[in-house]
Amino acid sequence: MKNGPVLEVNQLKTYFYLRDNKVAKAVDNISFSILPGETVAIVGESGSGKSITALSIMRLINKPGRIVDGEILLDKEEIHRFSPKQMMKIRGNDIAMIFQEPMTSLNPVFTIGNQIIEILRKHKKMSKGDASNRAIQLLKMVGIPRAEEVMKEYPHQLSGGMRQRIMIAMAISCDPKLLIADEPTTALDVTIQAQILDLMVEMKERFQMAVLLITHDIGIVSEYADHVLVMYGGQIVEQASAKELLQNTKHPYTKGLLESLPNIDDDVERLGTIKGTVPSASDFPTGCRFSSRCPNVMEKCTQSNPDLMEIEKDHFVRCYLYEGGIKNDNEYV
Amino acid sequence: MYKYIIRRILIFIPMLFALTIIVFGLAQLAPGDALTGVSLSDPNIDPEVYEMQREAYGLNDPIPVQYFRWISSVAQGDLGNSLVFNGRSVSELIESRLANTIYLGLFSLAITIIVAIPIGIYSARRPYSLLDYGATGFGFLGLAIPNFFFGLIAIYVLSIKLGWFPAQGTLTTPGVTGLAAILDRIHHMILPGITLGLAGTATYMRYMRSEVLDVLGSDYIRTARAKGLSESTILYKHTLRNALIPIITLMGFEIGVLLSGAVITEQVFQYPGLGTLFLSSVTNRDYPVVMAIAMILGILILVGNLLADIFYSIIDPRIRYD
Ligand SMILES: Nc1ncnc2c1ncn2[C@@H]1O[C@H](COP(=O)(O)OP(=O)(O)O)[C@@H](O)[C@H]1O
Ligand SMILES: [Mg+2]
Repeated sequence: MKNGPVLEVNQLKTYFYLRDNKVAKAVDNISFSILPGETVAIVGESGSGKSITALSIMRLINKPGRIVDGEILLDKEEIHRFSPKQMMKIRGNDIAMIFQEPMTSLNPVFTIGNQIIEILRKHKKMSKGDASNRAIQLLKMVGIPRAEEVMKEYPHQLSGGMRQRIMIAMAISCDPKLLIADEPTTALDVTIQAQILDLMVEMKERFQMAVLLITHDIGIVSEYADHVLVMYGGQIVEQASAKELLQNTKHPYTKGLLESLPNIDDDVERLGTIKGTVPSASDFPTGCRFSSRCPNVMEKCTQSNPDLMEIEKDHFVRCYLYEGGIKNDNEYV
Repeated sequence: MYKYIIRRILIFIPMLFALTIIVFGLAQLAPGDALTGVSLSDPNIDPEVYEMQREAYGLNDPIPVQYFRWISSVAQGDLGNSLVFNGRSVSELIESRLANTIYLGLFSLAITIIVAIPIGIYSARRPYSLLDYGATGFGFLGLAIPNFFFGLIAIYVLSIKLGWFPAQGTLTTPGVTGLAAILDRIHHMILPGITLGLAGTATYMRYMRSEVLDVLGSDYIRTARAKGLSESTILYKHTLRNALIPIITLMGFEIGVLLSGAVITEQVFQYPGLGTLFLSSVTNRDYPVVMAIAMILGILILVGNLLADIFYSIIDPRIRYD
């Protein structure tokens, strides 16, 4: 049972049905899996469909959005078929999620203790006293000083970093199989970002979780992820192990992301950026979705969208530059 | 929290003081004075007697002296005597009227809360449903129809034509006691209560709908969903408390709105409350009564705001500390 992937996503499509018969294909045919103990990162600019992928796995897509197709398997269980009631037992219990905005992600009118105790009582059926003791333990575990007092405090009395620690405490409280972290450090001070990511690694090891780490910062993947999916326009454009992806970057978009990182080893200023902006999910260019911004664009790219191809072992790229190139016999659909 | 409440109560005192100045000032600015009403109603009064009366009432003293005389007697609970009702004391005149108006106001507020809040929540949970559209339509009507007009229609249809409710007064059979008296009172309050609460119900329904919709879209509700909480916990625990914060603040102002609405509604239903007394006293230039009622209405409004602020600090922890 422990051998198979914890999470398997197959050909997931999540669309938003907008006015004037427009359809925003926020997530358009995404497949990946996460093995036990593994951290998979999804990287991409804002608007590329990362959060919608995460929320689809949680089955928390609201109108006008809908999962239109695909499978989501948690430990081989087909959770995409689960009823809302069944999903309530999965959320917070088997899959936990933390969000980008610690400042607004906790309910302002309830104490920290109340909000942690609530989830323990819901999923673990603990008594009030047991849940309270466990909550204090969890707060200490995530490095909250004065844990007993913080239990009685309200979110507005704590800093953003502290609140994100509390979100992590809440996420690990029921010992989930999978932790989804959607840009957990984007809203935080640079000095605190590494602390929070390190804490997540520590918790991942302690609780033996698999982690889906969403970020727009490709700079953190080498240190924190085993495997990387690069997303653009609702699709995966490159997929490989973190090491392979960084050493043997193929897709022009991934290259662009890497070039836009500030590099401290370099004397030369080479803070490049990808020109233009992410196209709207209801208005992709015909052909390759990156063609409108790609420095290597060819005529073919504006006519049809390339498939995701395995060009080297376990290295997938969606780009015509590599078509018929290195290896094309093992096409991935 | 206690610190906040105590501070809030301390602010109440200078506001009360300001209120007395405003009420007294307005009475001074109004045409005529305490005696004009009397002399006008009797053209045969000798101007000399009139002058003597003015001296006797102290109406020729400097205004600050008159103010301090008035406020010190008010502070001792002496609101003076009516100039019209055979010199009966103002307190005596007002007492039963005040109770009637407070019953009517509370009854109408209760109707507003019981109707507006559940419908607002339902509309927010099922936006663009049939009931939501119905509530929106009712909301527009409720705000567009003037109080008195709705009252007249209600009297015509529900009391005169159908005979379901009494058209005026507070009690039918004098002498009944206990439960029967209470029920009779409520029976009399239904039409004026609905009339008075109509605009408020429409307003709060809309507010509640938009607040709940707002909160349901917030990050912390997404967190609550991600925790696997049930829809009812999410709605009644996490959403409601946050959605009610702005509503409660507005409720503080609602007391003032209700009291001014009561003046007209009471008139339409000939309901013996402060409103009807106020109107007749203004017409009669019965200044001691007018000033006393203005003071009481002002105090009720201040107390309403005070209560709203206290509830607000209980419900929203961000207010308690600073
Ligand atoms: N509620 C919504 N209504 C309509 N479109 C949406 C909605 N949420 C997301 N989208 C579309 O999905 C795309 C991807 O969104 P998202 O997954 O949040 O991006 P990100 O990668 O920044 O997390 C957006 O560009 C937008 O076009
Ligand atoms: Mg996002």
